[in-house]
Amino acid sequence: MNFKHRDIISIKDFSKEEIEYILEYAKRMIPYAKAEKHTTLLKQHILATLFFEPSTRTRLSFESAMQRLGGSTIGFSDPSGTSQKKGESLADTIRMADSYSDAIVIRHPQEGAARLAAEFSNVPILNAGDGAGQHPTQCLLDLFTILTEKKKIKGNNVVLLGDLKYGRTVHSLAYALSLFQANLTFVSPETLKMPKEVIHECKEFGVEPVSTTNLEKAIKEADVLYATRIQRERFPDAEEYNRVVGSYKVDNALLQQAGEDLIVMHPLPRIVEIDPEVDQTKHAVYFTQAFNGVPVRMALLSLILGDKKL
Amino acid sequence: MKELKVTPIKDGTVIDHITPGRALKVLHILKIPESTVSVVSILMNVNGKKGKKDIVKIENRELAPKEVNKIALIAPKATINIIRDYEVVKKHTVQVPEEVIGLTKCSNPTCISNAREPVESRFYVISKDPVRIRCYFCEREPEDIAAGIV
Repeated sequence: MNFKHRDIISIKDFSKEEIEYILEYAKRMIPYAKAEKHTTLLKQHILATLFFEPSTRTRLSFESAMQRLGGSTIGFSDPSGTSQKKGESLADTIRMADSYSDAIVIRHPQEGAARLAAEFSNVPILNAGDGAGQHPTQCLLDLFTILTEKKKIKGNNVVLLGDLKYGRTVHSLAYALSLFQANLTFVSPETLKMPKEVIHECKEFGVEPVSTTNLEKAIKEADVLYATRIQRERFPDAEEYNRVVGSYKVDNALLQQAGEDLIVMHPLPRIVEIDPEVDQTKHAVYFTQAFNGVPVRMALLSLILGDKKL
Repeated sequence: MKELKVTPIKDGTVIDHITPGRALKVLHILKIPESTVSVVSILMNVNGKKGKKDIVKIENRELAPKEVNKIALIAPKATINIIRDYEVVKKHTVQVPEEVIGLTKCSNPTCISNAREPVESRFYVISKDPVRIRCYFCEREPEDIAAGIV
C-alpha cells in the first residue's frame, strides 16, 4: 500500500483497507510517541503548520509527531501576523508554504480550504480541520482509540452525543464507523440532530442509526460514548446556542446506568459536557485519545514522507 | 370564442420533456427574458406520452452546448430540438455531465469556493436520476441546484 506524497483531506478519500493499514502502523508508533524508542526517519524534513483558527491538541500533536520522527516544523498558530490579514488569498499563502516545506498541515475556518490548498501545492496537504467540514486525522485517532481500547471496531454500540448538526468530528466519524459496521445511536437536542445526508451515508453501508434525545436510555447498551462540545463558534446566532448549551452532562450518576466496559471519549476541549469527576473512573479514555493523536499523526507523516517504514 | 394556441415555431429551439414545473427555472438559467427579445412560449404540465412535462419554445435562438449542460442539471430528461423553417434539424437529449465546473455556485456560504480565491466552483455528479451533486471542495450537496446557477 503506497501513501507516498498523498494528501490527507477527507476520511472519504480512504478505503477501509487503507484505514486499517494506517491504524495498524500507528500501533507501532506508540513507543516512539512515548519517547521509549527514537528515530530519525524524517530528519531534514520540514512540516509547515498553518493554523488560521485556534487549536491546541491538533497543532501540538502534529508538531510533536514530526519532531519525534526527527523532522522539524515551521508555521503559525494565529493568522493575524501573516499576509492573510493583508488580503492575500489562501492559494498564494499555500504556494509560498509549499516552497518552504515538505508537507503542509492546514486548519482553516472555511469548508473546502484543505482541498483548495491541495490544488495549489506540490507537497502533500494534511487537513487539520476546515470549518464545519472534515477533520480526517481526528477521525483516524478516534478510530484508533476504539480499536486499541475495544480490540475491534465492528459491532460496537457507539453513542455519538451532543452537537451532531454543526460538529465536524461526528460527521466524519459516523461515516467511518459505518464503514467498519459499528452500531450507531445519535443523541442530541432536537435542534442539533445529525444531518439527513450523514444518516443517508450510514445507511449506504447497511447501518441503521437510531436518533434519540434520551441519553439515559441510550447509554445502557453502549460500548462507546463519544461526547462532543456544543461549539459556540459554529452557531449562526447566540440565542440558539444559549438554548442548547448544557443540554447533556456526563457524570458519575449517569455512568452508573452504563455497562462496566463503557468507554467515554471526547475530542476535547470539553466545557460542561463531562464532569471532571468522570476523569478518575475507568470509563474515561479522552486523555488517552488525545495522546493517540501523536502515534496516528506519526504514522501518517512517515507514510507520506518517509523513504522507508519503521 | 377565439382560442389561443401555442403554434409551431419557424426558427429557434424547442426544449421538450422538461421536468414538470421546472420551465421557469430553465428560463432563469437561459437568462430569459433578459438575454433575448425573441418570442418565448411556455407550456407547463402538458400531458405527454410519459406523463406530465413542461415545454419551452424560443423563437430565433439556437441553444449553445454550454447552455444545454446547464439545463441538464435541473431537467435531465429534456430534449433540445433546433428548428429551421419549421423542420427539426437537430435533436438531442441533454446529457448530465460527470463533473460540473463553473456552472453553479456552492450553496454553502462558508465554502472556500465562494471566497476570493482563484478557483471555479466544481461539483461531482453523484446521481443522475434524480440529479444530485456534491461540492468538490466542501463536500456538501446543494438542495436546490437551480438556485446556485450562475
